[in-house]
Amino acid sequence: MTTHNNIKATNDFVIRFANINGSGSASANNLFTKVVFRLGIPVSAKNIFPSNIQGLPTWFEVRINEDGYLGRREGYDFIVATNGQTEQKDYHELLPGGYYFYDSSRKLPDNLKRTDITEIGVPLTNICNENYTDPRLRQIFKNIIYVGAIAYLFDMDFSVFEDSIKSQFAKKEKLIAPNIKALKLGYDYAQAHYANVCGLKIHRRDCIKDKIMMEGNTATGLGAVFGGATVAGWYPITPSTSVIEAFEMYCKKFRIDEETQRNKFAIVQAEDELAAIGIVIGATWNGARAFTATSGPGVSLMSEFLGLAYFAEIPVFLADIQRSGPSTGMPTRTQQSDMLAAAYASHGDTKHVLLIPSDPKECFEMTVTGLDLAERLQTPVIMMSDLDLGMNIHVCDPIEWDDNRLYDRGKVLDQSALEEKQERWGRYLDVDGDGIPYRTIPGTHPKKGAFFTRGSSHDEYAVYTEDGTVYAKGMERLLVKWDTAKNIVPKPIIKSKNKSSAIIYYGTSASASQEANDMLTKAGHQFDEMCIKSFPFGKEVEDFIQSHDTIYVIEQNRDAQMKTLMVNELGIDPNKFNEILNFDGMPITAQYIVDNIKKNPNQSESLKVVK
Amino acid sequence: MSYLKSSFRHPNAKVNDIGFTKKDYEGALSTLCAGCGHDSISAAIVESYFAMNIEPHKVAKISGIGCSSKTPTYFLGKAHGFNSVHGRMPSVATGANMANRDLQYIGVSGDGDTASIGMGQFAHIVRRNLNIIYIVMNNGCYGLTKGQDSATTDIGSASKKGAPNQFSSIDLCQMALQLGAGYVARSFSGDKNQLVPLIKGAIEHQGFAFIDVISPCVTFNNTASSTKGYEYVRDHLEATGTIDFVPHRQELKIKQPDGTSKEVELHDGSKLVLQKNKNDYDLTSKREAMNNIETVREQEKILTGLIYANKDFPDTHQKINTVSKPLNSLNKDELCPGSGILDTLNAGFR
Repeated sequence: MTTHNNIKATNDFVIRFANINGSGSASANNLFTKVVFRLGIPVSAKNIFPSNIQGLPTWFEVRINEDGYLGRREGYDFIVATNGQTEQKDYHELLPGGYYFYDSSRKLPDNLKRTDITEIGVPLTNICNENYTDPRLRQIFKNIIYVGAIAYLFDMDFSVFEDSIKSQFAKKEKLIAPNIKALKLGYDYAQAHYANVCGLKIHRRDCIKDKIMMEGNTATGLGAVFGGATVAGWYPITPSTSVIEAFEMYCKKFRIDEETQRNKFAIVQAEDELAAIGIVIGATWNGARAFTATSGPGVSLMSEFLGLAYFAEIPVFLADIQRSGPSTGMPTRTQQSDMLAAAYASHGDTKHVLLIPSDPKECFEMTVTGLDLAERLQTPVIMMSDLDLGMNIHVCDPIEWDDNRLYDRGKVLDQSALEEKQERWGRYLDVDGDGIPYRTIPGTHPKKGAFFTRGSSHDEYAVYTEDGTVYAKGMERLLVKWDTAKNIVPKPIIKSKNKSSAIIYYGTSASASQEANDMLTKAGHQFDEMCIKSFPFGKEVEDFIQSHDTIYVIEQNRDAQMKTLMVNELGIDPNKFNEILNFDGMPITAQYIVDNIKKNPNQSESLKVVK
Repeated sequence: MSYLKSSFRHPNAKVNDIGFTKKDYEGALSTLCAGCGHDSISAAIVESYFAMNIEPHKVAKISGIGCSSKTPTYFLGKAHGFNSVHGRMPSVATGANMANRDLQYIGVSGDGDTASIGMGQFAHIVRRNLNIIYIVMNNGCYGLTKGQDSATTDIGSASKKGAPNQFSSIDLCQMALQLGAGYVARSFSGDKNQLVPLIKGAIEHQGFAFIDVISPCVTFNNTASSTKGYEYVRDHLEATGTIDFVPHRQELKIKQPDGTSKEVELHDGSKLVLQKNKNDYDLTSKREAMNNIETVREQEKILTGLIYANKDFPDTHQKINTVSKPLNSLNKDELCPGSGILDTLNAGFR
């Protein structure tokens, strides 16, 4: 072993697990992450997986940070290398002073020679072969053994691992003892061979309080249950599929009629995304709360129907779990690149309400809010989540629900309202100036309230018209409704110290952006911050932009799509915005943001030297 | 042509068992070409719903795009209608039906809307066995865009444009059979006596009821060289038999001349009685239905009438086990788990 400066850190480092997909590594890596969380330390995990089921490289990056910075951080302090395919890459990507953990049943190739790292070899395969005969168990427990070994190396409280195994397998008790045995095998080996070798420690803290850890898609599915959605039309597409899976799981828990054992929900797996949103439109037109979830390619296919829903004024709630485009793009990598496609989906003059969550709790709340807003505004509402938020576990505040909260079903005339109505009702008649007309649900009244819904031009009474003046009046009323939306969509979160410079970010760029600002603040260059939560932009967004001289817009796409929306909708001089764009499919990092702010030629000299 | 319809109601107009006159089942005045087969189908729909004593507002009419898809404006004016997007009526109808299983659903489409742009959605609404009447007003051409051939245009058939079609035609009844429809019929817009009982039977049928109605396009496809023109169709009809719809508990007064009469009982006890012509076959046999369509086609004729009927297939709601109460009527108390479960829920995420 060579002498070099080992990285020494407690509760602040990044560990990368390099695995082969389909080998059962995910549950072992999740176990490790959960234990860190249960030790009271903020932790984030990014699953970097291939569009494949078995045999290709997959990485799992865990950032442990007791200061609570949970954006992705580049540079690996510790690598668990179990995948021969990526061995060379993994070995060389380790930070100087880092730790390379590998299966020493096989010697490391001769060309892997670094003198600035510590190699920790544990003969995982040999240990497995000695202790297990079933080949399937050998594979699964190999993963658990490395978790046991790193538990020792990081000086973690082993009892938390034991408790986690016990609760995980509470319903399959037979599995508890063999799992704990595997953990111990790894733990004991590391203890016997690598005492005092690793400078990275994970020690108990009390930073988590009552926080929870969940995937955004799980929260979205749960939100749809709480929000009263009864119909879901959907088509499988990564990374949105788990939204519907979660919805179904919670429906089976909470929405089965006790007496009849029948379902208070209808989930229809459609033939494609066109049908998926068609089902939603049919259901909401007929008075049910309905939603769908998809990703970029699905949004492209749904565009025609989104235009219909916009023009015929039918509620739609759509969760877009964005992935890297264009076309099939990188289906298992993240991006915020559907902003424009969603905001202006469909031909003709259209624009749609967007909600932009940053963590799972917001996914939950914005799903409930989105179902309300869709019915209040009688228009599509699209929640812009992404792969990072949807499919990775995130620490966030616990889910809350106020039982006094009512579903806002919007302006619907029921049977008695129709009965009492003296004047002629017009489906597209704005009677109170907010641009939102009253609608009726099929089957409500024998004589009143029936109309013909159409995507062709219609007058205020839903009658087909080719009168350009009448058509234009209707299109202008939709803009009145758009203005109404500005006042009722979620407001941005602004952190202001009255600085002249600011950063603007949204969605999953939030953690890294906040961390970047803290890094800059420590160096004496604090920025004001705005996290955009919705589209159309309300007055707060406009005022914030107007009150700052230098603005950086941080996004995870190539074309600065949010900037385009701000320039386009608010009439801002594009030169006012500086772009910080990360679009390689990996979640954006604070360091990347800091580096790019420093690169700006207009930036002050003193900032350029900030590390 | 006048676009205003008189609202005059004859005081002694005949009312049905639930007190509605036939006028209550009519819609706006048609804007289709004079003599369009589609208008006859609309009239048959009006007559069927009137006779079946269904409250007009308890029906939802859904269509795609095209001449055929305009027709829901021309019948059941007191029912909500939805003229959706081209080829996508099946998905909108599926969603609507999921939201409220208590309404009656009638989907209207054309041969372009179903057999071309909407083929995917058509296939899947049949597979789901949605409880709906699906009527294709089949004129073998794209009327609204001035007469292009469609996917149901027969090989060799020539419209007003003159060039014989080179491509295989799609038989939607065979497709519906293959995909599992429980009720399959074909008719001709010019044969109201046949069409009305077929629609009545479709109304009673629980599940997917498909009626392919050949409906000549008088403007673009009513030539001597077209196989979807009035003259050709009239000369080439081969009915499976004469159909009568007999409501539940009504006495059978059908003459049974030669023992070829066959009854099909519907879920509520009403019956379709078929006086078969010559091809004696089992209406509940998919194989025989397929065979019959092909046999008649080989004779260069068009098989019409009830082709297949089977009442025993569970519809979408039964397959996915939804509650009997319409989903759109469930309130927050019935849908929201409430704050009581939050502790357990959040604990599961720790």
